[in-house]
Amino acid sequence: MSIITPLSSRGRTWFQALAEKAQPVDTGLGSVLVADATWGGERVRLLAIVPDQRNRFPRAQHGELGLEEGWALAHHVREAIAADSSDAKRPIIAIVDVQSQAYGRLEALLGIHLSLAAAADAYATARMAGHPVVALIVGTALSGGLLAHGDQAHRLLALDAPGVIVHAMRKASAARITRRTVEELDELGKTVIPMAYDIRQFAKLGLLHELIAGIDADAPSAAQVAQVEERVAAAIADIRKRPGDLTARLDNPEAKVHRAASIEVRKRLAEQWDAS
Amino acid sequence: MIQTTHSANPVTKERRDRFLSRRSVIEMRARERARALLDRGSFRELLGPFDRLESPWLPLQGIVPESDDGVIIARGQLAGQPAVIMAIEGAFQGGGMGEVSASKIAGALALARRDCASSKPILPVLLLETGGVRLQEANLGEAVVAEIHAEIIALRRHVPVIGVITGMVGCFGGMSITAGLCSYLVIFPQGRLELNGPEVIEQEAGIDELDASDKRLIWSLMGGEQRYETGFADALVEDDAELLKQTIRDLAARGIPARHRSEKVEEYRRSLANIDPAAPPDGPALRRMWPKGDMQ
Repeated sequence: MSIITPLSSRGRTWFQALAEKAQPVDTGLGSVLVADATWGGERVRLLAIVPDQRNRFPRAQHGELGLEEGWALAHHVREAIAADSSDAKRPIIAIVDVQSQAYGRLEALLGIHLSLAAAADAYATARMAGHPVVALIVGTALSGGLLAHGDQAHRLLALDAPGVIVHAMRKASAARITRRTVEELDELGKTVIPMAYDIRQFAKLGLLHELIAGIDADAPSAAQVAQVEERVAAAIADIRKRPGDLTARLDNPEAKVHRAASIEVRKRLAEQWDAS
Repeated sequence: MIQTTHSANPVTKERRDRFLSRRSVIEMRARERARALLDRGSFRELLGPFDRLESPWLPLQGIVPESDDGVIIARGQLAGQPAVIMAIEGAFQGGGMGEVSASKIAGALALARRDCASSKPILPVLLLETGGVRLQEANLGEAVVAEIHAEIIALRRHVPVIGVITGMVGCFGGMSITAGLCSYLVIFPQGRLELNGPEVIEQEAGIDELDASDKRLIWSLMGGEQRYETGFADALVEDDAELLKQTIRDLAARGIPARHRSEKVEEYRRSLANIDPAAPPDGPALRRMWPKGDMQ
């Protein structure tokens, strides 16, 4: 059997950097990395999805969130919830560099939608159980990948670096489906903010708690890793002060400008809810 | 021809009469569907078209918005109990979830939770006919779909959240995750449920992986009957408003499930471990392996 070197990925780079000296958790999958690290005397659980050329599901070999990946995330998040049920709630940190969900016939048959639902459910359950939940976007955060692994966090953080991308669909596919060229799509992203792929445009929507600047996302120095760890720890401290739910993403200056419609809908719906 | 749950049975007079007297939900628009499910005279629409809450993003792209943004929120009584129907209009932008349409659903779920938490029970019902996130509002659509997920997970601790997949668009993308989070899921034989649409799978993985024009194959993977037979949906109903209403009422009466489908982590992990991707099952084989979700 030939030796296969693990494919490099930002998810792996950041997982290894942040989980240094951590206790790895055996997930049984090459594509799901989990470890309990100790930050400032506190245990934190780190989770990442990485490429695994030997993944037995061929459609999930390149860092996609596949059937087993979704259920494994759910398992390892719930494991922490159960272990901490009568103890200090360890923070849960999703390191996000996910290509997208896995696209395949077997994935369809075996219900990949439910696998992703299970992961989202577990993260949300952890959030509601009092675990501070942070998503740190270090690379691509595409589509179902982010919905299952990151979007249910209390706080979303991202590196302000090239290649940090959030979107609902890969650019080429989105262009085809909306009948545009990739160039038109790029142009559109400048004026129609939710259409942009660039993380700085994304930040204008008020969805990010923090955009961390000055970091080499591919090959971070020790000082940069320490800086990111410090920002994540600050987010955890902030969550402990103001836990809340996802509506926190509506309560900030950026959201007031670029998510005015979301705010208006919730406000007027509440006004009409009990009216006779 | 209409597919039915008993397609092997001969057409009896009773069935023929029922077929002729039925009120097709598939043929209704979202507002009519909500009206048909609520008791006569109890329908009250919230944020209706005259409130003119439209997508701020579609006109910037030369697309004409609609004054309800393709989602109907209606309160009323369902079989005598307070209910809120959240119905997606599949005929507008393929039922795609934009900032406004998704916020209407997330907001209604949040208010239902507030009521349930203060001893004012209300039954939430989602009518899902949607391609998923509206690509013209990409990141915002997705962000608010995540809010919908968060609200369902919080609300279903108080009351069963019921999802219905009618036809003909189906339920795809981020909204298939929504369906997976519901306490109970009802599907019509004409409904399809999948994370990835057939065309997207073909485009991303190639025609050898999935030929999107092979309808028989598509339905054997993600069609309503298949999803019901393999436990991804709790009820399979014929296309009739009265039958659907009774089904919703019966499911609501079961109360909150001991464990939701998306919480059955160990069962699904075990079952997946028994699947060999090199010799994958097809639709009929999976029905034998996971009968109604009772997995060995």
